[in-house]
Parts: sequence; structure tokens; C-alpha cells
Amino acid sequence: MKLKGWKEVTPGAVVTEAGSALKFKTGSWRAFRPVWIEENCIQCMFCWIYCPDMAIKTKDGKRAEFDYDYCKGCGICALECPGKKGQKAIVMEEEGK
Amino acid sequence: MPKIVAVTGNEAVAEALRQVNPDVCAAYPITPQTDMMQRFASFANNGKVKTEMILVESEHSAMSACVGASAAGGRVITATSSQGLALMWEVLFIASGLRLPIVMPLVNRALSAPLNIHGDHSDGMGARDCGWIQLWSENGQEAYDNAIQAFRIAEHMDIRLPVMTCLDGFIISHSIERIEYLDDDAVKNFVGEYKQLNPLLNIDKPVSYGPLILPDYYMEYRRAQAEVMTKVNKVVRDVAKDFEKISGRKYGLFETYRLDDAEVGIVILNSAAGTTKDAIDALRDKGIKAGLLKPRLFRPFPYEEVGEALKHLKAICVLDRADAFGASYGPLFMEIATSLYSHKDKPILFNKIYGLGGRDYLPDHAELVLNELAEVAKTGKVKTFKEYIGVRE
Repeated sequence: MKLKGWKEVTPGAVVTEAGSALKFKTGSWRAFRPVWIEENCIQCMFCWIYCPDMAIKTKDGKRAEFDYDYCKGCGICALECPGKKGQKAIVMEEEGK
Repeated sequence: MPKIVAVTGNEAVAEALRQVNPDVCAAYPITPQTDMMQRFASFANNGKVKTEMILVESEHSAMSACVGASAAGGRVITATSSQGLALMWEVLFIASGLRLPIVMPLVNRALSAPLNIHGDHSDGMGARDCGWIQLWSENGQEAYDNAIQAFRIAEHMDIRLPVMTCLDGFIISHSIERIEYLDDDAVKNFVGEYKQLNPLLNIDKPVSYGPLILPDYYMEYRRAQAEVMTKVNKVVRDVAKDFEKISGRKYGLFETYRLDDAEVGIVILNSAAGTTKDAIDALRDKGIKAGLLKPRLFRPFPYEEVGEALKHLKAICVLDRADAFGASYGPLFMEIATSLYSHKDKPILFNKIYGLGGRDYLPDHAELVLNELAEVAKTGKVKTFKEYIGVRE
């Protein structure tokens, strides 16, 4: 992508396009990776609601895999996950292990 | 018909703000500004303006609320002094960086410590590089006129930057002077209707303010902001021309007094210029050809025009009502020196620091400086390039 020159940028750095966070992939910031354990998932969709970015994908209205392009590894989904019978459906694992 | 009244500087500026009738005002009381915003709050409370007053817990919050209201789409004002401006400092850069045309009268007051409530220019000078336009005013009339013109300058489509209009604390803010008010309609028509470029409240066209801009783009935004500053000079002159049509009062980038045929000159800001003009008249009668230049537009500073206006002088004394600790000279001196730097034949320059914390600037002080200027012009020698005057040894 060609970077814009100073004459082309919007006054005051105002972003005039909705949903432009889609273009900003932040997955490389992650130190801990959330891992989804499907058999413990009760489809409560808490992770989808709580995720501050757009790292939880859905398919046919159901929880699907993580989108690691946008997951910074904040761990909120793992914290909020109620799991099944005390077994978490999301656990955090250190990257590179 | 314009109305002639006897009012304080604060009262006059509050009246200007009433006539403009902005959408939002977020302010916090601080001496010597308090009385201005108190009067304006009364206007709001008594239905004289449709302005929404936001009562905040500090000046940091006041300026933050102004930023939000301005981004949302409103015409926004506040006012402050001294510590209040210091507390706003962080948010001043955000207002200018987001290109929000907020208008803020600044009633100049010294900074603590030691604690002091009286007039000097340390507050405004401390905020001189924050991207705001600064207009300075000698008296109540200029403070009133500058407050009205500030809206047209700030909101001009080539500019869209915040403006602070400076007036001396107590000396102007609390002194009663003869002031000419314009008609409400004349002011209303002069400032016109305000339309935000990218209002947050326009749900048909969603926008985001304040994104993170990393090294790949930060310089481009700064460069664009620097470019806007270069356009202010012309807009200030154009707005002044329009203002003259409705008021009969002439404004420019600066005011000169008996400067054209002068050999020596004083450069000084705000209320002390009036005292200096009297002293110049007195010394002209004694054969000293002295003149004065009083900057009005201090940011962006009109270097070229000021340099042209001063280059013919033999000697100039720049009087600063603020010191810039650790810099060699006062803040106004440094601008004047820069203005003259590109000229081959430069006047001799020296700097006096006066009137800090409301210390009186008397005709005697101006006369001492003018006599010294005459001596320097004659001998070409300066004893001290920078010193405090009106101070006990």
C-alpha cells in the first residue's frame, strides 16, 4: 500500500471511514495465546461479547475459531469463559512454547 | 447603533461572548478570569444565551469537555488564567492537533511559585508553542474586538485551529474603561453560522477522533498542521478588514506608533504599550525620535512583517513581561531577534524584563528605557543586553 503524503491526510487526523480497525492487524502484540477447547464450550458467546477487538469468529450463529490477526492476548475471554463443569473452554498458553 | 459603555475588560469580553452566543461553554473559575465566566454563566442562567454551560471540576476537565463538545459539532468557548492554563496544557495540544476551533480568552496572570494572582505574561508564553493562535490585547476595547474576531479566524475553513485572546489580568480585566459595543445583530452576522467539518454527532457519516498515529504517519500530520499556521496571517488581516467595516476600528498583525520616522523603538505587548506611547510622546518633545511596535498576532508570529517594520531602527529594546528561564532572553525578545536575523543591517537589540507578578510599569520605566535607547543609538554600545527593571537590588 502506498503511504499518503502530508497534503493528502485528513485535517486533525480524523478517521472518516467506519470499521477501519479491520485494516490494522495487531496479532503480533500477543505474548499469550488463547486456545479454544471445543468440548468444554457451552456456546454462551461471552467471549464474543467481551472481546475488545474482533478476534472471535462465528459460523452459523455459533462460536468458531479465534482470528489471531486481531487477538492481542489480553486474556479477557479466558477470564470470562464459564466453561463446562469447571473445565474452561478457553485457556491461555505462552506464545513460542 | 454601537453603544458606548464604561465597563471592565472582563465584562466587555463576557459581552462579546454573549453576542456570539456559542453552543457550549466549559469553564472553571480562576482569578482574575472568574468574573468573566461568572458573568457569562449568568447570561446562560438568565436565558440571554442558548449556551450549554458544563460545570467541571478543573481546567484539565474544562478543556477536555471543550474538545469533546467541539468535535461533536458545537461552537465552543472557555476562559482561564495562569495555573488554569498550566493545568490545561496537555489538552491544549489535543485541541490544536484535532483542529478544533475553540475560542478561549486568557486573562494573563503570573505563575506560581511564589503564588501570585496579578498580571504578567508567563502563562500565555508558556503555551506559545501548543499550536493555538494567540491574539494579544492592549485594553478592554481590543480584548472585546479580538474575542469577536477570534471566532472568524478559528473557524475559517483554511484554518480550523483554536484561538486564545490575551488580556492583562487586573490591569485590563478589572479596570473600567470606555468601550464601544457593537450591535448584537452586527456581531451575529459577522461571526455567521458555524458548521463543523466532521462532527461526531453526524450519525449518517461516522467518524473517529484521536486515533493512534505511529511513526509511519505522525510527521505527515504535523507537517500538515505547520502548513495551516502559514495561512493564519492572511486570514487575520482579512478578518480585520471585515471587522473594520462594522466597527470603524482598524486591526493588523501588530500596531505601530510613531515608528515610521523613528530612530529607536520599543517592542512591548498588551497594556504596557499604552504607558509606553505616553512616554514616547514626552520624549519626542525632547527630541528623541522614538516609536513603538506592539504585536497583536503572537502565534503564528509574523516574522517577515515585523522585521520589515523594525529594520530601519538604530536600536530596539524589547520589553518582556515574562522571563524564559534558561533561555538567554525573554520570549518576546527571541521572536524579535529572529525577525531581524535575516536582515543585513540589523538594529542593536537589548532586552528588559519588567512587571512580573503585577509589578507596576510606570512612565518613568519607559522613559529610562527610551533614554538608554537614545544613548545606545548614539554610541553603538550596550551596557547590559538583558536585565530586570523596576526590581530592588
